[in-house]
Amino acid sequence: MDLSHSLNWYLALSAVLFVIGVLGVLLRRNVIVILMSVELMLNAVNLTLVSASQAFGDVSGQILVFFVMAVAAAEAAVGLAIVIAIFRNKLTVDINEFNLFKN
Amino acid sequence: MIAPFLFFILAIGAVAAALGMIIARNPVNSALLLVLNLFCIAGLYLTLNAQFIAVIQVLVYAGAIMVLFLFVIMLLNLAEMPRPQQFRWSYALALVLGALVLAQAVYVIAEGFNVIPAAASPEQAAATGTAKAIAMDLFTTYMLPFEMIGILLLVATIGAVMLAKRRFI
Repeated sequence: MDLSHSLNWYLALSAVLFVIGVLGVLLRRNVIVILMSVELMLNAVNLTLVSASQAFGDVSGQILVFFVMAVAAAEAAVGLAIVIAIFRNKLTVDINEFNLFKN
Repeated sequence: MIAPFLFFILAIGAVAAALGMIIARNPVNSALLLVLNLFCIAGLYLTLNAQFIAVIQVLVYAGAIMVLFLFVIMLLNLAEMPRPQQFRWSYALALVLGALVLAQAVYVIAEGFNVIPAAASPEQAAATGTAKAIAMDLFTTYMLPFEMIGILLLVATIGAVMLAKRRFI
């Protein structure tokens, strides 16, 4: 299996993983599971970047993956802190109850 | 050649773990299945000869970020949410939207099948994934973004502590 051919398999896999992440965000109501689905989508994009980077022999894509991971760590920390702050008042993590800005 | 076989095993594992993460009712099971998914993707990085990213994936994602998730899930002591009783139209809409996104992605990949330029040789690909090759670019061309990401992580840490500490909502 040569690299240019296998690249399409990796891209197809990351497309499937991304769509599963999208479905997780759309279907689930638990806000922590939604945050995990966002992480899954970030991982799918990372897989795209790494496979393209390796196929073309260019290191820039993997450096972008490095930065994406750092931003994902920051996003997870701040997102979970917000979840804890809201949970203290509402005592739930149901996304349908998080309507602080409504009305 | 072992690589295609390994790819399909890891790909099936990653997709199955991701689907399980979406379906599992208990958030702890979701988190553990996501860890399994992250390990499968790290294995896929190894099949691509990207050793550095594979190690970072296990250390940062499966190690740090998922431990943070599990810590918050267990801190909040969540009960399983009740299943929705009646059929909701938003579910059908979500499935249709997901199918559309998948169709679009598959269409783009299929269109790009012949557009992809000449691929790198396996030796070149093996040299690209090492920590040395990444560090050479990261600490020269991408020095400023690297330092900015450090500041971003500091700000995120302070912000997370402030958000979780105060009662303001």
